[in-house]
Amino acid sequence: MTETYTLKIRRYDPESGSAAYWEEFGVDLPPERSVLDGILQARDRQDGSIAIRCSCQAAICGSCGVRINGKSRLACNTKIGLAAEAAPNGAIVVEPMGNMPVLKDLIVDMDAVHWKKVQRVVPWLLPEGDPPEREYIVDPESMIDVTQAMACIHCGVCVSACLSMEVDPDFIGPAALAKAYRFVGDPRDAHAEDRLLDLAEDPHGIYDCTHCFACVEVCPKDVAPMNQIMRLRRRATGDYGIKDANNGYGHEKAFTDLIHKYGWLSEAQLLPKSYGDGSLIRAQLKPAAVRELAAKFPTIVRGLASGKVSPKTALIHHKLRDQDEIRRIYDEVESKDDRLELNLYIIGEDGSEEGEAAGSGGGAEEGAMAEGGQES
Amino acid sequence: MKLAYWPGCVSRGFTPELHGAMAAVAPKLGLELVQLDRANCCGAGVIAEHNQELVDTLNARTFALAQSVDGAAGMVNICSTCQGAQSECQERLDADAAYRAHINEHLEPEGLEYEKGGAWWNKNFLWLLVEEIGLDVLRDRVVRPLEGLRVGPFYGCYIVRPTRRLGFEFYPERDRYLEMVIEACGAEPVQYAGSHKCCGFPIVTLHRENSLRQAGRHMADALDAGADCVVTPCPLCHLNLDLQQPEARPFVERDLGMPVLHLPQLVGLALGLDIKDLGLHRHVVKTDPVQEKVAALAGAA
Ligand code: SF4
Ligand code: SF4
Ligand code: FES
Repeated sequence: MTETYTLKIRRYDPESGSAAYWEEFGVDLPPERSVLDGILQARDRQDGSIAIRCSCQAAICGSCGVRINGKSRLACNTKIGLAAEAAPNGAIVVEPMGNMPVLKDLIVDMDAVHWKKVQRVVPWLLPEGDPPEREYIVDPESMIDVTQAMACIHCGVCVSACLSMEVDPDFIGPAALAKAYRFVGDPRDAHAEDRLLDLAEDPHGIYDCTHCFACVEVCPKDVAPMNQIMRLRRRATGDYGIKDANNGYGHEKAFTDLIHKYGWLSEAQLLPKSYGDGSLIRAQLKPAAVRELAAKFPTIVRGLASGKVSPKTALIHHKLRDQDEIRRIYDEVESKDDRLELNLYIIGEDGSEEGEAAGSGGGAEEGAMAEGGQES
Repeated sequence: MKLAYWPGCVSRGFTPELHGAMAAVAPKLGLELVQLDRANCCGAGVIAEHNQELVDTLNARTFALAQSVDGAAGMVNICSTCQGAQSECQERLDADAAYRAHINEHLEPEGLEYEKGGAWWNKNFLWLLVEEIGLDVLRDRVVRPLEGLRVGPFYGCYIVRPTRRLGFEFYPERDRYLEMVIEACGAEPVQYAGSHKCCGFPIVTLHRENSLRQAGRHMADALDAGADCVVTPCPLCHLNLDLQQPEARPFVERDLGMPVLHLPQLVGLALGLDIKDLGLHRHVVKTDPVQEKVAALAGAA
C-alpha cells in the first residue's frame, strides 16, 4: 500500500555561493521501498537538481551512502517505512555522509578522504620472489580469515560514522584499516611486518582507533572494521612484538600483565607501565615515557586532591583471592602455539549449536574458521 | 531482588564514589547485592585485543561465579564497558556449543562451568532499573523529585553499540533509557550532540590529544545545550569526562566546569540520599551547582 512520506533533505550547492539549507519533499511509496526510491522520486517529480549518487540499488555498488535520521547508512537498503518510524517529528532527515567534504547535496568527496586513505595502506599484494609457475596455492583457512575484510564495498559509511575521524581527520580510518588487514592476513603477502610497523608507528594508525563500535554498527556488509583493527593490533604486538612510539604495545602489555598479576586493574600502575612498554622500570628511563608521565602527573595529583583517590588506592594494589586460578588460565591459554579465534561472521550467529563442532580445541586451533566453510 | 554483583575494577579504584553510591542506593530499591569478590577484570576490550580465548575464559569464569550465587535473579554490573566487554564474550560462548565446552575446560580445575543461559542475564544497572525494577517502582520511591535539574545523558559506547549484540532486538529502547531514568527522577533530560558518542578514554594513553578533544567537545556541547550536569553509567567515561576534564580544556579552548554524575548518584539524589553518602564531594569537577539545586529543592519541600 502506498503511503505518503516527508523527506527533509539537506541541500547545498557550492556554486550558488549560499549556505546549506533544508528542503522538504513529499513522496508516495509503499513502506517496503527504500529511502533511495524516495529521493529518486522527489528528483523525478519535483526537483531535477537534487544530487545523489547511486547505481545498483541493491547494496552492492556502494555509491548511495548518506545519513538518515543521523545514522550513516546506504539509502538503497534502508526501508522508507522504518526510516519514517525512527524520524523525529515525522520527517525523514537525509544528509550527506560525515567526515568528508560535501560536493553537492548528498554527494561527498570520496576521493579526498576515503580513497586517499585506502591508497595510504598500499592496497595491493606485495609478494616476494618469483611467482609460482601456476597459481599461488593458499590453504582455505587463511583465505577464510580475510573474507570478512574482503566483503567491503567501499561505500564509506563507516568513515562517515567514525568517531576518531571526527576529531582527527588524519586518522587512517575503519575502511582503509580493514583493507590493510586483508593484506596483512594474506599468506601470499611478504610484507606483513612492514605493513604493521608502518601502521603501528603512524600516530593516525591502528592505535588512533577509539574502539567506539560505530563502524561495526553501521557497516552494511558486516565487515566489522574495528575487529579488523584489533586483529592488526594483535598481530603487531603478539606476532611481531612491535614496540611502537604510540604506546600501543606498552598499553596492551601493561594491562594484560596487571590482570595476570592481580586479576583486576590498577589505573595508577597502568599509566606508568604503559609508557615503559609494560615495564615500570623502563618507564622511568625512556625520555619519551618520562615526558608523557609528567604530562599525566597533574591528573593523578588532582585525583588525590579531590579526595576520590587515596594514596593507598594509588600506590597499593592487592591480588584477588583466587589469583592463582587467573594465572593458571593465562598460562594455559598463552602457552599454546596458535591463538584460538571464533569468528561469528564465519560461523554465523547461532554457530554450530546443532551442527559440526567448531574450534573444538583439538589439533586445529583457529579451527572455528577452518571448519566454518571449506568453499571459498 | 537478590543479585550477583560485579562492581568492576574502576569503581573500586579511581571512582570509589561510584561503588559507595551503588551500595547506598541498593537497599532503597530493594536490591540485595552479593558481590563477586573472586571475579576478575572484564578485559575492557584490551584483553580481547590481546587474546580472544583468554578474555572469553576470564569472563566465562565471572559468569560461572555469578551463576553459582544461590537464588540470584541475575548479575548486575555498574559499568558500560564491563557490559559491552562481557556481552561480547557471552555472544561467542552462546553461539557455539563446542567452543563453550572448550572454554569451560579451562574452568574445570576450579569446579566452575558457564551454562548457556535460558533465563540468566547480565545487566547494567541502567537496564536493571528499566527492565527488572521498573520505572514505576522507581517513580514511587522518589522522595526528592529533581525538579529543574537539567541533565545530559552520556551512555558510553559499549552499552549502545553494536545493537545486535546488546539485545536491542528485544529491548529496542535501550538507547533511550538514560533519558527515561532522568525523567523518572523528576529531572529534565537535555539533548546534545555527544550523548551517544565516545568519551575518548580508550586512546588516552595512545593518542592523548584526540582522546581529550573528544571528552572536551562533548562537555562543551552539553554546556551549550544548557545542562547543569551530565550522568553516565560508565566509570571509564567518568575518568575521561571528570578526572581529565581540566586536561581537556586546552584542546577545546574554553572553560568547561561540567559536573559528571554516576548513574547511581543521580538516582540516589532522587531517592533522598545524602550528598556525602553518594560521594558527590569526591569529584574533580566540583558538583556544587548540582548540590545547590538539590539543596534548594529540599528547602522548598
Ligand atoms: S567497511 Fe563496510 S561500511 Fe566501511 S566502506 Fe566497507 S562496506 Fe562500507
Ligand atoms: S571503532 Fe575505531 S575505526 Fe571504528 S568508528 Fe570507532 S574509532 Fe573509527
Ligand atoms: S545504490 Fe548501490 S549500494 Fe546503494
